[in-house]
Amino acid sequence: MAANMFRQCPDSGLFFHKSAESLMKAHAVFGVVYLLLGGFLGLLVALTRMPSLHILNAEDFYLALSIHGTAILIFWIIFFEMAVLYFASSTLLRSRPATPGIGWVGFLLMVIGSTLVMVAFFRGNSSVMFTSYVPMPAEPIFYLGLILFAVGALIGCFIFLATLVVAKQEKTYDGSIPLVTFGALTATIIAIFTIASGAVILIPTWLWSLGFISHIDPLMYRTVWWALGHSSQQINVAAHVSIWYAIAAIIFGAKPMSEKVSRTAFLLYILFLQLASAHHILADPGVSSTWKVFNTSYAMYLAVLASMVHGLTVPGCIEVAQRKKGFNNGLFEWLKKAPWANPVFSAMFISLIIFGFIGGITGVVMGTEQINLIIHNTIFVPGHFHATVAVGTTMAFMAITYFLIPVLFRRQLIWPNACKWQPYLFGGGMLILSLFLLGAGTLGVPRRHWDINFSDAALQFQFAGTAITMMGIAGLGGFLAAMGGALFCLIAVGSLVFGKRLDPGASLFSSFGFPMAASCYNIERPGKLGLAPVEQTGDGGIQAKGTFVLALVFLAAFVVYFFINAKYLSSIWPMG
Amino acid sequence: MSILPPSQKIWWKEPIHGIEMMWIIIALIWCLVLFAWMPYWHVYGKQNLSNESYKTAPEVFEGKANAMAKAHTVRTDPKSNIPVVHPPAGSDVYMLGRLWQWWPILELEKDKTYRLHLSSLDWQHGFSLQPTNINLQILPGYETVVTITPDQSGEFAVVCNEFCGVGHHTMLGKIYVK
Amino acid sequence: MQRNEHQESNQEEEPVPGMQQLLDNPFMLLFLGVLFPTVFYILWGIMEIISIPAVK
Repeated sequence: MAANMFRQCPDSGLFFHKSAESLMKAHAVFGVVYLLLGGFLGLLVALTRMPSLHILNAEDFYLALSIHGTAILIFWIIFFEMAVLYFASSTLLRSRPATPGIGWVGFLLMVIGSTLVMVAFFRGNSSVMFTSYVPMPAEPIFYLGLILFAVGALIGCFIFLATLVVAKQEKTYDGSIPLVTFGALTATIIAIFTIASGAVILIPTWLWSLGFISHIDPLMYRTVWWALGHSSQQINVAAHVSIWYAIAAIIFGAKPMSEKVSRTAFLLYILFLQLASAHHILADPGVSSTWKVFNTSYAMYLAVLASMVHGLTVPGCIEVAQRKKGFNNGLFEWLKKAPWANPVFSAMFISLIIFGFIGGITGVVMGTEQINLIIHNTIFVPGHFHATVAVGTTMAFMAITYFLIPVLFRRQLIWPNACKWQPYLFGGGMLILSLFLLGAGTLGVPRRHWDINFSDAALQFQFAGTAITMMGIAGLGGFLAAMGGALFCLIAVGSLVFGKRLDPGASLFSSFGFPMAASCYNIERPGKLGLAPVEQTGDGGIQAKGTFVLALVFLAAFVVYFFINAKYLSSIWPMG
Repeated sequence: MSILPPSQKIWWKEPIHGIEMMWIIIALIWCLVLFAWMPYWHVYGKQNLSNESYKTAPEVFEGKANAMAKAHTVRTDPKSNIPVVHPPAGSDVYMLGRLWQWWPILELEKDKTYRLHLSSLDWQHGFSLQPTNINLQILPGYETVVTITPDQSGEFAVVCNEFCGVGHHTMLGKIYVK
Repeated sequence: MQRNEHQESNQEEEPVPGMQQLLDNPFMLLFLGVLFPTVFYILWGIMEIISIPAVK
C-alpha cells in the first residue's frame, strides 16, 4: 500500500496510476497497429474500386475488404476504446484501477482473439467480410477469435465499472463523476449489450462451423449479429462524443452548457441508440414494419435528438469559453480565432462537423424504413460510415492521441508541420471519399463488389457514366485519406521512438506498454478531485449565437436532403 | 470543465440556456416529423416494403420457379442459356438467386401488377434492380413476396449487392419490361 | 461568490432529485441500457422471426 503508484503530468496536471497507465499504452499501441494494417488494406480496396486502376484480383480484393472492415471497425476501435475507458476512469477520477491484473488478462485475450481472426483471414478461407453472414462459412478459428476478443473487451468494461466503484468508495472525487467519464460509462453500457449479443450469436455459429450444430437461421443471425455489428459502432459514438467534450475542456477550459442536458442526452443513447441496429434489417423479409418503424425511428428518434443536442452543446461550450476570452465580435470570431494549427483541436472539430453534417444526416435518411429501399447495400452505406467511423470516431481518437503522446507517453510530437496538416489531409480525403461514395450509391452502385463493369458476367449491364466517374473520384479521396492515415501512424510511432523525452524516465521500452522508470511515480495518493469552479456567467450566460446559426444551417441541410431522397423514392416502381 | 465533476453537487436544478432549450424544441419537432413520415408513407406512398414472407425450403422454391419457367418460357438467352419467361400479366412470378446467377430472366408488361417471389437457394444475396434502384435482402429459407408495378419499359439488370463469394461480381440477372 | 456559498450550504440539506440519482447510478443505467434493446430489439425481433408462417 505504501508504494507510490501515481505520477502527475506537469503539463496537464493529470494524475496517472502506474498500472492503469501501462494498460492504456498497451491498448492504444495495439489499436494503432490495427489502424495501420486496416488502413493499408483500405488503400488497396480504394484503388481497386477505382475503375481505371482496379489493382487487386477478385479473390485478393474480397480478402482485403474483409480484413479492412474487421481490423478497423472492431479491432482498432475497441482496442483504443479500452484505453479511453482506463483514462476516463482511473486518470480522470484520480483512482487506482480495480484489478489491473485481470485487465492484463482481458488485454491478452483481445490480442490472442484478434490474432486468430487475422490468421483465419490470411489463410484465405475466411473472406466472409466483417459481417460473416451465414450460411457462408468461415474457419472455426475466425469465430473463436472474435469470441475471445469479445470476452477480453468485456473484462475491460467490467474493470471500468469496478473502478467507478473503487473511486466512489475511496472518495477520490467530490460530487458526481465528470461528464467525460459519464460519456465513457455510456460507451461501456452499450459495449456490454453489444458483446453479449455477439456471444449469443457467435458461440452457436462457432459450434456450427465445427459441425456440432446443423443449421443457423440466416435471418436470426442477421438480427442478433447486427446488435453486435451496429451497436459496436454506437460504442464509438458515445466514446467520441466524450472525447469531443474532453478536448473542449482541455483546450478551451470549456464547461458544459448544462450538465443536465448533456447527461440526459447520454441517457437517451443508453436507452435508445442500440435499437438503431434495426437499420440493417429494413430490407429483409419477415420482420414486420411495426418492429422496423419502432426500432429504426430509434423509438421516436430520441437518440437522434440526443446527437443533435451534443452537436449543439459541444461547439456551444467552446463558443461560450472563447467569448469569455474576448473573442466576442460578430457571430464567428470565436471560431476563426480557434487554434486551427493545433491538431488536437482541428482533428476534433473536423470530426464533429463531418460526423454531424454527413454521417448523421445520411444515417437518418437511410434509416428511414421506406427510403432504405433505394439505399440498402449500395455503396451509399460505406459512404455513410466512412463519415461516421473514419472521420467521426477515428479523427476524434487521432485528436486525443496528439494530446496523449506528450501527456501519457511523455514524448514530444515529432514533425510539428506534418502534425499541423495531417488532420486536413485525412479529413479532406475522407470527405471526398464519403461524398462520392454517397453519390455513386444513390446511382445504385453496389458495395462489396469487385467489378461494376461486369466484364466476366454472362449478362451485361452498364452503370451510368457519372457513377463510374464518381467511383474514380472516391478512389482518389481514399488515396489522400490513406496518406493522411499513414502520416498519422508515422507521427505517432515516430514520436514514441524518436520524440524528445519530456521526462528522463520516458525511454523507448519503458513507454511501450510498460510503466515509465520507477522514479517517475512519486505520489502515493493524489489529492481529492474537487468540483469544477463555479463560473459567473452574467445574465443567463453568454449565449452561443454562432453555434445556433450553424445548427440552423445543419437543420436546413437535413430537411432538404431528407425530402430530396423522399422524392427520389417516389420515382421508383410502385411496390408494396 | 467536462473533465471535472460538475460545479454544483446538485446540478439537475441548474437552468438551461435559452439557445439550448430552443434547439431542443426545434430538434424534437423535426424528429417527430421524421417519425410521422414513415406511417404517412405507408398510407399515402406508393413504394413500401412488403410485409408478406414465408419460411420455405430451397427445393420447394426451386420447384415453383421451374414450374413457372416450364409453362411460360418464350426463348432462351443465347449467351447465358438462361430461359426468358413471359408470365401472364398480373400473375405470381418467381426469381431465385444462387451462386452466381439470378434465374430465370423475366419479361413483364408495363403498368401491370405482379406478385414477385424472391428467395435464395444457397447463401445470402442482394436483389438490386438497376437503374430504377430497388434493393432487397434475399435469404435462403425465406420467401419474400413483393407486389410490383413496373411503370417504365426497357431493360433492367438485377445486380447482386450482397457479397456471396468469389463469383459475386458476375451475378447479374435481367428483367425486360415491354 | 457569496451567493454560491449560500447555495452550497443549502444543498447539504436538499435531497438529490430523482433523475440525478438515476444518472449518478451506473448499475441502474447498465440495467436499463441492457433491458431496453434486449426487449425491443432482440426479443421482439426473435418473436417476429419465429412467427413467420411456413409457405403453403
